[in-house]
Amino acid sequence: MEKLLEEFSVGLFFWQTLLFGLLLFLLWKFAWKPILNAVNDREEGIKNALDAAEEAKKEMQNVTADSEKLLKEARAERETLLKEAREIKERIVAEAKDQAQVEGDKMIKQAQAAIESEKKAAVADIKAQVANLSVDIAEKVIKEELSDKKKQHKLVDDMLGDIKLN
Amino acid sequence: MRKDTFTRFLLIAALFLGQFSFASEAKEAISEEQGTDLKTEIKDYIFHHLKDSHDFSLFSYTKENGEHKYVGFPLPVILWDEGLQVFSSSKFHHGETLAEVDGNYYKLYHNKIYKTDAEGTINYDEEHHPANIKPLDFSITKNVVMIIITGLLMLLLFGSLARSYAKNNGIPTGAGRFFEPIVLYIRDDIARPNIGEKRYKKYMPFLLTIFFFIWFLNMFGMTPLGINVTGNIAITTSLAVLTFIITNFTGTKDYWMHQFDPLGKSLPWYGKIVLYIILVPIELLGLIIKPFSLLIRLYANMQAGHIVIGSLIGLMFIFKSWIGSPLSFGLAFAISLIEILVALLQAYIFTMLSALYFGFASEEHEHEHEAEVAQ
Repeated sequence: MEKLLEEFSVGLFFWQTLLFGLLLFLLWKFAWKPILNAVNDREEGIKNALDAAEEAKKEMQNVTADSEKLLKEARAERETLLKEAREIKERIVAEAKDQAQVEGDKMIKQAQAAIESEKKAAVADIKAQVANLSVDIAEKVIKEELSDKKKQHKLVDDMLGDIKLN
Repeated sequence: MRKDTFTRFLLIAALFLGQFSFASEAKEAISEEQGTDLKTEIKDYIFHHLKDSHDFSLFSYTKENGEHKYVGFPLPVILWDEGLQVFSSSKFHHGETLAEVDGNYYKLYHNKIYKTDAEGTINYDEEHHPANIKPLDFSITKNVVMIIITGLLMLLLFGSLARSYAKNNGIPTGAGRFFEPIVLYIRDDIARPNIGEKRYKKYMPFLLTIFFFIWFLNMFGMTPLGINVTGNIAITTSLAVLTFIITNFTGTKDYWMHQFDPLGKSLPWYGKIVLYIILVPIELLGLIIKPFSLLIRLYANMQAGHIVIGSLIGLMFIFKSWIGSPLSFGLAFAISLIEILVALLQAYIFTMLSALYFGFASEEHEHEHEAEVAQ
C-alpha cells in the first residue's frame, strides 16, 4: 500500500483526468453521438424496411384473397347465369312445346272440324245425290215396272207380301 | 504429428535446461558478483520501465568506454515550487546531473523530482526514504504524451468513422468496418443488458471512451517503446474515480435508499436498528470498494504482465546459452500473445464492471412488486 502511494503521481493524475475528460467530451460530440445516431438510424431503417415488407406481404395476401373472392363470385355468378339461361331455355322450349301442342291441337281440331263438316257436306251431298239417283232409279224402275199390267200386279203382290212378313 | 515433435523438443529442451542450470550454478559460484550484478541490473531495468519517466526514451545502450547513451527526446518539466517552473527534462541528463532553474536545484531520483542544494545531496529519513522537498510535479511525462497520442488516435479513428456514416449512407468504410462491430458489441452486450434499455444511452459515451482508451493504451504497452500507462496507479485511479463519480451522481433515489435502507420493507424498524449498525457501513464501504477493485485490477494486471515479459526477456541475458535463451524467448513470445488477449480482456472487464455499477445506480425498483414478494 505504501509503495502504491509512493508510486501515485498527483501530476499524472491531474493530466489523466483533464485529458480523459477532454477526450470524452470531444469524442462524445464528434464521434459517439454521430456514430450511435447513424447506427440507430440504420437499424431503424432496417426495421422499417422489414415492417414495410411485412405490410406489403399482408397487403399482397389481402389482394390475393380479394381476387380469389372476386373469382369465386364471378364463378358463382356465371353458374347462376348459366342456370338461369338453362331454365329460361327450358321454359321457352316447354312453352313453345305447349304452344305448339295447343296450336297443333287447335289445328287438328279445326282440321277435324273441317273434315267433319266436309264429310257431313259430302255425306249430305251423297245422300242428296243418292236420293236423287234413287228417286231417278225408282222412277225409271217404276216406269219400267209399271209399263205392263202384270208386272204392276206382281209388284203390288210382292209389296203386300213384304208387309205381311214385316 | 507436428505436435508430437514439438512436445519432444520441449522435453529435450527442459532436460538440457536442467543440466544447464546446474552448470550455471557452478559458474555463478566462481563469478557470483558479476551474475548478481546482471540480475540487479535487469531488475532495475524492469522497474525503471514500469515507472513513468520525464523523457521519452526509446532505448539506451552503453558504449565501449562505459558511457551510457540514450536515444529519445526530452519532455517539458512543469513544477509548482513557489511559482511555476518550466524547463526541459534534458537538463537532468537522465538523472545524471542537477537541473538549475532560477537558483533552485532539482534532482531526478528514482524518476521523482526532489529539490536539493547545489551539491544535489539527498537526505534520507530512518526508513531510507528521501526527506527532501518534493515540488508538485505537473510535468508532461512519457505517460502524458502517450495519453495525448492515444487521444488523438481515437479522435482520428472514431471521428472518421462518424464522418464515413454521413458520406456513405450509414455504412462505415476503412478502419471503421473493424471498429463498428466493437462499438455495437459494447452497446448491445455490455451497456444494454447491464444498465437497461431505458437508461443505457446516457452512459454510452463514457463506456465507449473508457473501453477504447484502456484497450489502445494496453496495446501500446505491448509495443517495444516501453510504455506502461495503464499499469500506472495514478491513471487507473483517475479512471476509477470517474466511474465512481458517474455512478453516484447518476444514482437514483432507489439507489440511495438501498444504500441507507438495504432491507426496505421486509423488516420492521426495531429490527433494523440492530442490523443496520453493521449493514449500512458495509454498504457505504461497498461504494468505495467497487471502484477501488477496478483500479487495482487494471493496475495489477498490466503491471504483472510487463514484469513477466520483462523478466522473461531478461532471462535470455542471464542464461546466455544456446538452449536457455531461445526457450525464454519462446516463453516471452507466448506470454506476449497472452498479454495481447489480456489487453483486450482488461479493457472489457473495466467497461463491463463500470456498466454494471451504473446499472445498479440507475435502477428503479418496482416497490409494489417488492412488497408483494415480501408478503
